[in-house]
Amino acid sequence: MNETAELPALLPALPEIVLAVGAMVLLMVGAFRDERAIKGIDGAAILLLIVAGVIVALLPAGKLVTFDGSFVVDGFARFLKLLTLTGSATAILMSSHYLAAEKSQRFEYSILILLSTTGMLMLISAADLIALYLGLELMSLALYVVAAINRDSVRSTEAGLKYFVLGALSSGMLLYGASLVYGFTGTVTFAGIAKAASQFGPGHTNLGLVFGLVFLFAGFCFKVSAVPFHMWTPDVYEGAPTPITAFFAAAPKVAGIAMFVRTTIVAFPGILTQWQQIVVFVAIASMALGAFAAIGQRNIKRLMAYSSIGHMGFALVGLAAGTQEGVQGVLIYMTIYVAMTLGTFACILSMRRDGQMVEDISDLAGLARTKPAMAFFLALLLFSLAGIPPLAGFFAKFYVFLAAIKAGLFTLAVIGVVTSVVSAYYYLTIVKIMYFEEPAKPFEPMPHELRAVLAVTGLFNLLFFVYPSPLVEAANAAAKSLF
Amino acid sequence: MSWPILSVTIFLPLVGALLIMMMRGDGEAEKRNARWIALWATLITFAISLILLYRFDPSSPEFQFVEKRPWLAGTITYHLGVDGISLPFVVLTTALMPVCIIASWLPIQHRVKEYMVAFLALETLMVGTFSALDLVVFYLFFEGGLIPMFLIIGIWGGPRRVYASFKFFLYTLLGSVLMLLAIMAMYWDAGTTEIPALLRHGFPRSLQTWAWLAFFASFAVKLPMWPVHTWLPDAHVEAPTAGSVILAAILLKMGGYGFLRFSLPMFPAASHDLAPLVFALSIVAVIYTSLVALVQEDMKKLIAYSSVGHMGFVTMGIFAATTQGIAGGIFQMISHGIVSAALFLCVGVVYDRMHTREIAAYGGLVNRMPLYAAAFMVFTLANVGLPGTTGFIGEFLTLIGTFRVNTWVATLATTGTILSAAYALWLYRKVIFGALVKPSLAAIKDLDYREIITLGPLVVLTILFGIYPKPVLEMSAASVAQLLENYERALGAAKSAALLIH
Repeated sequence: MNETAELPALLPALPEIVLAVGAMVLLMVGAFRDERAIKGIDGAAILLLIVAGVIVALLPAGKLVTFDGSFVVDGFARFLKLLTLTGSATAILMSSHYLAAEKSQRFEYSILILLSTTGMLMLISAADLIALYLGLELMSLALYVVAAINRDSVRSTEAGLKYFVLGALSSGMLLYGASLVYGFTGTVTFAGIAKAASQFGPGHTNLGLVFGLVFLFAGFCFKVSAVPFHMWTPDVYEGAPTPITAFFAAAPKVAGIAMFVRTTIVAFPGILTQWQQIVVFVAIASMALGAFAAIGQRNIKRLMAYSSIGHMGFALVGLAAGTQEGVQGVLIYMTIYVAMTLGTFACILSMRRDGQMVEDISDLAGLARTKPAMAFFLALLLFSLAGIPPLAGFFAKFYVFLAAIKAGLFTLAVIGVVTSVVSAYYYLTIVKIMYFEEPAKPFEPMPHELRAVLAVTGLFNLLFFVYPSPLVEAANAAAKSLF
Repeated sequence: MSWPILSVTIFLPLVGALLIMMMRGDGEAEKRNARWIALWATLITFAISLILLYRFDPSSPEFQFVEKRPWLAGTITYHLGVDGISLPFVVLTTALMPVCIIASWLPIQHRVKEYMVAFLALETLMVGTFSALDLVVFYLFFEGGLIPMFLIIGIWGGPRRVYASFKFFLYTLLGSVLMLLAIMAMYWDAGTTEIPALLRHGFPRSLQTWAWLAFFASFAVKLPMWPVHTWLPDAHVEAPTAGSVILAAILLKMGGYGFLRFSLPMFPAASHDLAPLVFALSIVAVIYTSLVALVQEDMKKLIAYSSVGHMGFVTMGIFAATTQGIAGGIFQMISHGIVSAALFLCVGVVYDRMHTREIAAYGGLVNRMPLYAAAFMVFTLANVGLPGTTGFIGEFLTLIGTFRVNTWVATLATTGTILSAAYALWLYRKVIFGALVKPSLAAIKDLDYREIITLGPLVVLTILFGIYPKPVLEMSAASVAQLLENYERALGAAKSAALLIH
């Protein structure tokens, strides 16, 4: 009797449980069979992520709540969980060739990604501050280790250490903010916070609550690498091995934005004017810094770091609106962002010449001649990142700005589109190097899995405009579940 | 309507582009195939657009050949249709594309496949821009054209092609993103982005002004109007011949089309209030850029500046908001589309032989190239606006249209026609007349049959529409009349509302 009564309570968390148990089993396999099992563990990890995705999709419809209301599975969570799982699985797929070629294969690698993904899923579903912190730390601790997984490389260990120190600081701030919020509202659940905040009465805001909110935001901004907490991003992106950079740029960003959006929308609807100005500032600063700082970059991974800072700024434009359209815009933005980023990193991972990875933008010179297909798709992705129609990146920006205009945030929208023109400059520079310049020595042939990732993401970006409504409608349904 | 004729016109070039992309290899055979596929794709598209012309009912001001399908979630649909204002531009585009392909037959020898793909994709986007009946669809086509044009200038352009392509791309993009925000604001106000519905929707006054300015930012850059014209001379000079042709003949017209389709009918009150601004900028464009054209040493640059001047007549005529002004604006755009395209082709003819565009490098060509001299003369005179050529009809109509509204503007603009005679005839004399003394020119050959094929029809059209402009004017007459009627009604309503308040 007792057991059957507990089963429904665990069902909503089944994907997380599958991933956690699977990761531990694989850890045992790896510990006993050592390096011989790497290929199998990679494959099993991808399989586990797919299984988790299938379970997410098959969970009963509607809003599922468990663990005393601290864990929610709603449309919003489902949407972002599927996106995160896709990002993680693709990242593992893209790394196998690189790690084998660099002779830095370790079986812990995909297990750490599994654990980190478990944390992300937890984070996406978290409906109180404690569950949020648990998910966040599980995700982050695994990320610190993967950043430094190349133990013999100074750059990689430096990146890991830097990420860890700054990440710990931001976690501390987030905890401090959480404790302030708890102290002033007497609860940690998002719904409870919203209720307590509304009892302060209209027009009267509690200063302590706002302080707590600011500290929470500091932690969130760090995780999504939004200005002014972005400083770690270029160094970690450049220092970490490239497939790990690709992983960092996709799945954790999705989870971070999910946490940012859910907490802000669900727990603090009552003090919208207070957090809106913070989000507006963060969005403007991120878009501007992402646009201007990337212009001078020579290393393509550093450039992608600044580009991702800018893109987080654009995604936050949707959050700044604070409406259902805004959340819908954020969801569409993140989906398309993940597709663009993974495709671009598939190209960066193929920049290998004489058995060595090269990372300079100038190494792409004349790619249109030496590898026309790769150059075509990369150019497509870059135009998409710049937000030029009819590519997918345009629709991403379209929906967030649509929400901002409706919410009356005209200054934000104007600054946003102007920075998007500035950022078009450096994307165009890469296209120029690939198409207008004389060819350099060709790269080695592209591994099959990277070809597949590039083709899928490239075609997604190119053909999105033909039939955009499924994604738009799914995002709409997901956004609705938060309101 | 049994088959979606507009969609076929739009996407047929893209089918050609796909065929070319599927070809493997880079040898002579592939180059030849790519050229032929591109030529056939553009020719068939042109033939279909002639069916469009044949079936079009010029007596109706409504949108015709309408297609509508659900597209983006919500109210944004895939909505196409043409009326008397857009159809001339559709046909102009499809007619000039085969000319461009033939003009690039021999000059383009490297990366032919990519070149043809870029041109065909561009044709799809241009025809789409003129036939979109949804603002978001319009924006998609309008902006998408930047990518192929960026590549055309950047890959096949002259020595400063990188600078020119970046300037072209970023200038135009900056103007357009502001328009995008205005489109969103209009969406939230009217609840739809369908152009027919928006034409009927009366926008509140403050929104009209801001949206007008945002659209103006986009179209003024595209057209281009002084002082945001500086990308044009660079882009024209560096682009390959066919690129310049498309740029001058079609892409610039998108700006004028935008004013006619959106600014004037959707924001009538703002158009009325801000017309003096447009007049002032148009006058500066007509006089100042004509003076600038006088001192140019590069043939393409001279024609580029003269384009800016001629577009000044267009904006002036459109915002005069009289029947003659608007009809003249449309006619001037079509005329300029033919004449400037032909002038750039003429420059391309001598550039292919001598590989320089410096005016000083030529002289006395009439002795060796009589056919070329004759064709060039027709286009020069049309550029001047001589009666009997298309240029005259457009300038004359815009001038009388404006004269009724503002005498001073019309008077000042008329001086532009004198200045245009000065620079155009000066160019012609320098290049064609005089003794053939330069030894490098001694062996220069007259037009070959390919060049005759490209220039011949344009000569015919220039003179035909100059003598008998009725087909073009008649096609747009009903739509122009309806546009003006709605404009006057909206202004009248605004005025009576203002009177009631007082």
